[in-house]
Amino acid sequence: MFLDKSRQLRQNCSGQYTMSKVNSAANEKERKHIVKETETILKRFTRKKQYLIPILQGVQGKLGYLPRESMLKIADYLGIAAIDVYSVVTFYNQFRLNPPGKHSIRVCLGTACHMKGGYITLDAWKRRLKIDSGETTPDREFDLDIVACVGCCTMAPVTVVDEKPEGQVEPTRVDGLLLGFGYEEGKKEKEKSESK
Amino acid sequence: MTAAKPGKKDRRTVFVCQGTGCVSGKSIEITEALARAVKEQGLDGIDIDFTGCHGFCEQGPVAIIEPEGIFYTHVTVNDVPEIVTSHLRDGKPVERLFYIDPVSGQAIPLYKDIKFYSMQQRIILRNCGHINPERIDDYIARGGYEALKKVLKEMTPQQVIDTLKASGLRGRGGAGFSTGQKWQFCYDVKAKQKYMICNADEGDPGAFMDRSTMEGDPHTVLEGMTIAAYAIGASEGYIYIRAEYPLAVKRVRLAIKQAEKAGYLGKNILGSDFSLNMHVKEGAGAFVCGEETALMASIEGKRGMPRSRPPFPATSGLWGKPTTINNVKSLATVPVIIARGADWYAGIGTEKSKGTCVFALTGKIANSGLIEVPMGIKLRDIIYEIGGGIPGGKKFKAVQTGGPSGGCLPESYLDSPVNYESLTEAGSMMGSGGMVVMDEDTCMVDIARYFLSFTQAESCGKCVPCRVGTKQMLDILERICRGEGVKEDIALLEKLGNDIKAGSLCALGQTAPNPVLTTLRYFKDEYEAHIEEKRCPALSCASLISFYILPDKCQGCGICARECPADAITGGKRLIHVIDQEKCVKCGTCLEVCPTRFGAVTKVSGETIEVPKEPIPVTAEKPKAGTAT
Ligand SMILES: Cc1cc2nc3c(=O)[nH]c(=O)nc-3n(C[C@H](O)[C@H](O)[C@H](O)COP(=O)(O)O)c2cc1C
Ligand code: SF4
Ligand code: SF4
Ligand code: FES
Ligand code: FES
Repeated sequence: MFLDKSRQLRQNCSGQYTMSKVNSAANEKERKHIVKETETILKRFTRKKQYLIPILQGVQGKLGYLPRESMLKIADYLGIAAIDVYSVVTFYNQFRLNPPGKHSIRVCLGTACHMKGGYITLDAWKRRLKIDSGETTPDREFDLDIVACVGCCTMAPVTVVDEKPEGQVEPTRVDGLLLGFGYEEGKKEKEKSESK
Repeated sequence: MTAAKPGKKDRRTVFVCQGTGCVSGKSIEITEALARAVKEQGLDGIDIDFTGCHGFCEQGPVAIIEPEGIFYTHVTVNDVPEIVTSHLRDGKPVERLFYIDPVSGQAIPLYKDIKFYSMQQRIILRNCGHINPERIDDYIARGGYEALKKVLKEMTPQQVIDTLKASGLRGRGGAGFSTGQKWQFCYDVKAKQKYMICNADEGDPGAFMDRSTMEGDPHTVLEGMTIAAYAIGASEGYIYIRAEYPLAVKRVRLAIKQAEKAGYLGKNILGSDFSLNMHVKEGAGAFVCGEETALMASIEGKRGMPRSRPPFPATSGLWGKPTTINNVKSLATVPVIIARGADWYAGIGTEKSKGTCVFALTGKIANSGLIEVPMGIKLRDIIYEIGGGIPGGKKFKAVQTGGPSGGCLPESYLDSPVNYESLTEAGSMMGSGGMVVMDEDTCMVDIARYFLSFTQAESCGKCVPCRVGTKQMLDILERICRGEGVKEDIALLEKLGNDIKAGSLCALGQTAPNPVLTTLRYFKDEYEAHIEEKRCPALSCASLISFYILPDKCQGCGICARECPADAITGGKRLIHVIDQEKCVKCGTCLEVCPTRFGAVTKVSGETIEVPKEPIPVTAEKPKAGTAT
């Protein structure tokens, strides 16, 4: 249940995965932007391998994810192989390989939330947004992921919507929250009825 | 406990909780509104301040008015005018915001009378909720940094270590190793450079005491760590904080700055020749990085994978240098032990487990929150006295301790004492302090599957038994929950579990099978029901349950059909509604929304209920609901 794609990679990763599958900039303008932001972050650190994780955190903090161009730049800067950067990125849950959506949806699957049906809530989000956890909607409006306990267990089941923990999020509240974003499609979908 | 701010005896202070739980309930806005209202009304002698978590987030946002000690729960911005006018101006506390005891139903105005608190003994959490965590003076006013002064002025490192040994303190990070002994090992190694690390990775998906300590009382962690560094001879310190805890990171960083300015950290601390340079490292989200060797690999910028010991960190740790690593709670205890003496501490708890332990009490329990109790307390006292029992008149089924590495204990263990040995003997462990209470609606097979799915995904992948074995176990459990289990599965699970325990390098793999093995030991009947009868006794596993609308009860109000997220319910005005079992996703919404006066929706497992194929009028001659198999 907790496993998403990058996590599976963690357990397999030993170099046979090449970075060619990693998300790249969509166009020249985006590429320039990525390179510029990455370089700004790199300037804050000396060329020591111990700074790899803080650098990655910095770049993701700026761009919202870690595109291929950034990882290559970082590898270059620290003088290590690109695959070593990639292997660290896929090891830690915090790092994202997909560009983020405008709104972030984090469904809590900690113990308390599980017991109050957090997985049912996750299903509802998946069904409504038509993506899996760890993914972003094609229009880049929403990205969906899971977290393990955000420390508000007493409000279970919890979904963190754009950094704000929402309590008692059951399937009906999922629709409510989406409507709050003007995500009308959720409603239309419902009228058409669900096809499996 | 009821001290107002120092030096302001006749003043009153409203302390609003700004821990993570209460902040998500808008406590920052409440604090601001209070400050505004007090100013507008021109009230004198009243300070508005904030604290870290009180451990009672369930009742949040909470506020305490000192020095009276009046405790307000579930405060909203709309309550602010009444609190200010009625209580602060006219001296009449707002009764409707008092805490209601879940057992007696009585309103309890004073903090100290609430059973949740009165049965606790707070040492680690002594300051949480009573001081402003962003002000070093508040900490100092409650005796903070006195222990550090004593250590630097009067004690040699060996004396500090001996005190710790005599106190009997054991590590609160899980394994329970003697803290004094651990320091001794590192002290005995001669080296120019040593490191002191505080493990604040707290990865257990149901525990948040380390976070509350850092958010509510960051200086106690720094003080404990500085004493530890002095004892072992380290000049660099690292606090490794979980990435998901931004507020803790912020407060610890601020505390470091304040301590440096006040001379409690940095070069030549308090005029001595001892110096300590403190760093904060943010984790990047990997449960296994809580393991000490993995954590150090992570600080070095690598994948956080454990390595085999020896060499132990005490001889070769961070960058190959002697290193001591301790949990947040262990370190937060250190200043108290120094200040009040080893004998005092050793007088609390049981023979082998001294002092207090902190639990995050959650699940099916009336008072959930953070509690700190003396070692040796009975599980029953925690659950029924402090926790207020199981809500909704449900029956207790099991209590799970130790997070994903722990086990589920049945009712027969309720009277056994809580300490390292007894929990391990029962197949569980003390671990990081999660304590989850389960009632009759919790499926033990599903809970075992849940915990295993967590450890499985968090396995670093180094050891085959842990990486592949847990996956096999998970596959089997998923199959059982889907109703596709076979008889041999139980024996296979037991064998796999024991093999994984024996063949894994680090404690993640060594303990991952615990939830499965203990549920097999104490709740085998539930596994058998899933496998042999394709029935989930707790009515929880989605594949094994069905929802039906009882034709003799349905009044055709249509609420369920409107709310059903899968459009599985057909009906119409004054028609008996029918659930299409093919379409139903078993979300339970219909059961919840059907008005209690009708109570027409029912959940069953292992049986079918005869209902009309299509909606028929409510008034029509209707078949009585009958059970068929
Ligand atoms: C998978 C795994 C996760 C762990 N997570 C933590 C943790 O979150 N916090 C912690 O203090 N110790 C954790 N530990 C225990 C540490 O390895 C180590 O024993 C502890 O930090 C030592 O501190 P103590 O002596 O003060 O208990 C974990 C161990 C393992 C195997
Ligand atoms: S037991 Fe599991 S988590 Fe621990 S080192 Fe081995 S594979 Fe990694
Ligand atoms: S359980 Fe959920 S999906 Fe099934 S009928 Fe009820 S509301 Fe609809
Ligand atoms: S389990 Fe969801 S917030 Fe703790
Ligand atoms: S956050 Fe306020 S009581 Fe825990």
